[in-house]
Amino acid sequence: MIDRLNLRFLHVVSRNFLVWRKLVFASLVGNLADPLIYLVGLGFGLGAFMPPVAGMRYVDYLAAGMICYSAMNSATFEALYSAFSRLKIQRTWEGILHAPMTTTDVVAGEWVWAALKSTLSGAAMLLAMYLLGIVHGWHPLTVLPVVLLIGLCFAGLGLVMTAVAKSYDFFIFYFTLLITPMMFLSGVFYPRNALPELVQDIAAALPLAHGADLARGLTLGLPMAHPVRDLLVLVGYALGSVLLAIRLIGRRLLK
Amino acid sequence: MLQVRGLRKSYAGTEVVRGVAFSVAAGECYGLLGPNGAGKTTTLRCCLGLTASDAGEIRLAGLPVPEAARQARARTGVCPQFDNLDPDFTVAENLIIYGRYFGIARRTMQERLPRLLEFAGLEDKAGARLDTLSGGMKRRLTLARALVNDPQIVFLDEPTTGLDPQARHLIWNRLKSLTSSGRTLILTTHFMDEAERLCDRVGIMDRGALIAEDSPRQLIQSQIEPHVVEVYGEGVQDWARDTAPGLAQRLEVTGETAFCYCRDPAPLLESIQDRGALRALSRAANLEDVFIKLTGRDIRD
Repeated sequence: MIDRLNLRFLHVVSRNFLVWRKLVFASLVGNLADPLIYLVGLGFGLGAFMPPVAGMRYVDYLAAGMICYSAMNSATFEALYSAFSRLKIQRTWEGILHAPMTTTDVVAGEWVWAALKSTLSGAAMLLAMYLLGIVHGWHPLTVLPVVLLIGLCFAGLGLVMTAVAKSYDFFIFYFTLLITPMMFLSGVFYPRNALPELVQDIAAALPLAHGADLARGLTLGLPMAHPVRDLLVLVGYALGSVLLAIRLIGRRLLK
Repeated sequence: MLQVRGLRKSYAGTEVVRGVAFSVAAGECYGLLGPNGAGKTTTLRCCLGLTASDAGEIRLAGLPVPEAARQARARTGVCPQFDNLDPDFTVAENLIIYGRYFGIARRTMQERLPRLLEFAGLEDKAGARLDTLSGGMKRRLTLARALVNDPQIVFLDEPTTGLDPQARHLIWNRLKSLTSSGRTLILTTHFMDEAERLCDRVGIMDRGALIAEDSPRQLIQSQIEPHVVEVYGEGVQDWARDTAPGLAQRLEVTGETAFCYCRDPAPLLESIQDRGALRALSRAANLEDVFIKLTGRDIRD
């Protein structure tokens, strides 16, 4: 059911890229406007009323978290709504499978594509941070591979949801039960130690918290508590979810 | 070009393909006919390695399926039942990007493009958006897309369903040009006139099994009387009960029409001449009559 490693998935990535390129202007404007609005509105606006958070200005704390949040959102939307439309509405994947391509090629291509798109979102957020003077120098760029990894995590999880979805409505559950709570529990907007211990433990089992800790350390140049563990959790979620997605989508399309 | 032996497939305990066997020679046009749910599409999917069969042997373009299905698909074209063209791309982009899935370089595709567009009759639509195309144009583009890899064998799942007569004739014309260029075609259809016109041989499937197989002409000769007289009008039931049995070899009354299958239509037509309320349509037997005889008149849903 799962093929050996090959490069055919690149055909799927490039197909999606060519579609994206047609709307590139709107996409880039949105990618940059969104983070600026958040950082100015929440970071500077709300931040003006707040004491230092974890020993730093609120806008600094928030900005690093927002990189992860926007990567998560971007990968999730691509792997849910866009991928589902290619699976069910436009039957794009069906067409691809009539060629010498397999479900592994299709799912791997969608996975990598969604992660690349989310890396672009994260990079736009980083650019906004440079523009607003929140970060300086080269070292914050080291966060980009972590953003890609976060993208692979949420692309994989999203594709698992797409594999089992009967309609778009199903995705509401995923947002309400997983994505939205994760956004609030993972140290994106405020430190996790403000939460009850049980909730902190739950958050530690979810990927976003590990991404946020890594991103904050790398963008702001702070010492990180357990970077290796954070990386391993992200890699584990990314690989585990995409392997499951390949199996489930294979079962759905090749019945 | 295609050999299928002992093919079986069940879904949730219901066997939808029950030991199907047939083979298609190079250059032949083979039609798989059958009512809805007969197992045609499942059989085609198994041949392409898109559905795992429970039992049976398949060789497509000389390769075993599903073991070498991917390699076999590289030599095969598929025109699916539902359009799955890429709505975000233009006509030409649809062809070029589909070619990539076969590993065909953009330059090679650019060379093939004029002929593919000509085949589809879309020479002046290369840069057109998909939503500006009619249903017939989309079908032709789907058919041209099935040829990007210059396949030896092309599968067509209901290629003309939903098209108007002009568009159907144009598709038939294109399919004939494919067979005359030596390609092998395998098509499923609900339209018996289409099968009669295009296919060298047809296989009729019902409830998962292949129940008859031959050339359309041979099937008509061997399975059914040469003439059909359709009689309808007021009092047709009485006529069918009292007069018709002696004159027709076989008789079917359905609703307000009596279908009389016979070797000689003259006495039948004479017998209704003095019955002013009855009208008759006399015609040669065709593949549809064979199909109805073999699969029955019941609606399959």
